[in-house]
Amino acid sequence: MIAVENISKSFDGRQVLHDISVEFLNGRTNLIIGQSGSGKTVLLNSIVGLHQPDSGHIYYDGRDITVMSKKERTMLRREIGMLFQGSALFDSMTLLENVMFPLDMFSDKSYKERKARAMLCIDRVNLLGSEHKHPAELSGGMQKRAAIARAIAMEPHYLFCDEPNSGLDPKTSLVIDKLISEITHENNITTIVNTHDMNSVIGIGENILFINNGTAAWQGNSKEVLTSNNKMLNDFVFASEFSKQLRQDILANIH
Amino acid sequence: MIKKQLQALGEYLLLMGRTFQRPERMRMFFKQYYHEVTTLGINSVGIVLLISLFIGAVICIQIKLNIQSAWMPSWVSGYTTREIMMLEFSSAIMCLILAGKVGSNIASEIGTMRITQQIDALDIMGVNSASYLILPKVAALVSFIPILVTFSVAAGIVGAYCTAYLANIITPADLTLGLQHSFTPWYFWMGVIKSLFFAFIIASVSSYYGYNVKGGSIEVGKASTSAVVSCSVLILFSDIFLTQLLSMN
Repeated sequence: MIAVENISKSFDGRQVLHDISVEFLNGRTNLIIGQSGSGKTVLLNSIVGLHQPDSGHIYYDGRDITVMSKKERTMLRREIGMLFQGSALFDSMTLLENVMFPLDMFSDKSYKERKARAMLCIDRVNLLGSEHKHPAELSGGMQKRAAIARAIAMEPHYLFCDEPNSGLDPKTSLVIDKLISEITHENNITTIVNTHDMNSVIGIGENILFINNGTAAWQGNSKEVLTSNNKMLNDFVFASEFSKQLRQDILANIH
Repeated sequence: MIKKQLQALGEYLLLMGRTFQRPERMRMFFKQYYHEVTTLGINSVGIVLLISLFIGAVICIQIKLNIQSAWMPSWVSGYTTREIMMLEFSSAIMCLILAGKVGSNIASEIGTMRITQQIDALDIMGVNSASYLILPKVAALVSFIPILVTFSVAAGIVGAYCTAYLANIITPADLTLGLQHSFTPWYFWMGVIKSLFFAFIIASVSSYYGYNVKGGSIEVGKASTSAVVSCSVLILFSDIFLTQLLSMN
């Protein structure tokens, strides 16, 4: 579990996060949603330690990352897998080398064992046969899956996904969402997904935090999103006329 | 302006502090090192040979046409060509050329990794990104530069012989006499020692510019240009001090 307590963060005098407190549960897909510029990426970066918050604490199963030494933070990061918005695969390496990279860096296993583990991860994201291709030879969806394979190679306890569906078609987005959800449950890891894809919210959102102007404006699950009376949340999630109508139809069926 | 320069110096020193730390995995370091020796060193051999060959030939022709007279010994062209190649061209001028080729390559490669979050990915994994990316480049260029200097001197002399055999500007015997006249091995080592410093400047300063890119592709281009300019200026400045220092021997 990751617990965020009273986190605030500002850049050049502009307050981006205001006293946010939230718990991200183990074995569930936790979502952070909000408009562009609402502060969700800053919150995610603060949680993973890329930004140092101005105040507050972030606990990884009781371990406070904000007061950790550099060495302790480095050790903690080996328990973290991260999927970046642009995949962030290493251009000069093949898919197999990318997935093997964290294993080569930190694992004491033999080359054969490391390769076997990497191939298992590649198989898990259905990319067998592409292991010798470079990132530039992979489609956007395949790159995202490759990044997931790299993120889970070290069997992380915590998985962070920053806009995993950006730039993907709806069908591929569903594949990525399903993959993230399955991996979370299979390995019982704490997953935090930063997204503004409404299909993800409804599809895999087991614990959703809605951020508005840097504050925690709402928290619940995907079913509660549909029934919530929070105006800011509804304006964001059901922004189009089509989705508003869809929500009304769903609510009518429920009642 | 001064504050900005001091801030940049501080950032550079901090980055070097992170760079010169023991690599997490030596096998990964050596893998990167071999890759960088190929990319930065072996891939530069061609341009070094080509430029040195022509410059050696041109120096020999210029000296013969402009300096040589009845009052000068016949071997002066060969002697001057050797001294210029060993003392300045193969170390300082060649490193200025390498600052353009290798420096821009390093800055744009690391800069692109920065803007595509590849460096963030390394940091998140718990890898010391500065050490992993920059240390092998510095080590590769510093260790390979003596080979490039040697190749450059040799190519310059071959270029001078080309003017003797192909263009009949000078007789091969006079050229050989000049090349062998008052040979001081220390002058060769001076060039090598200077080039070690220049190689460090090229690799580390270019890496600094690439590592600190903020923004997009335009900023990567700017960083690449800034890296080449800064490396060139630093090489020229340090050349004065190193030449003075090493000439005291």
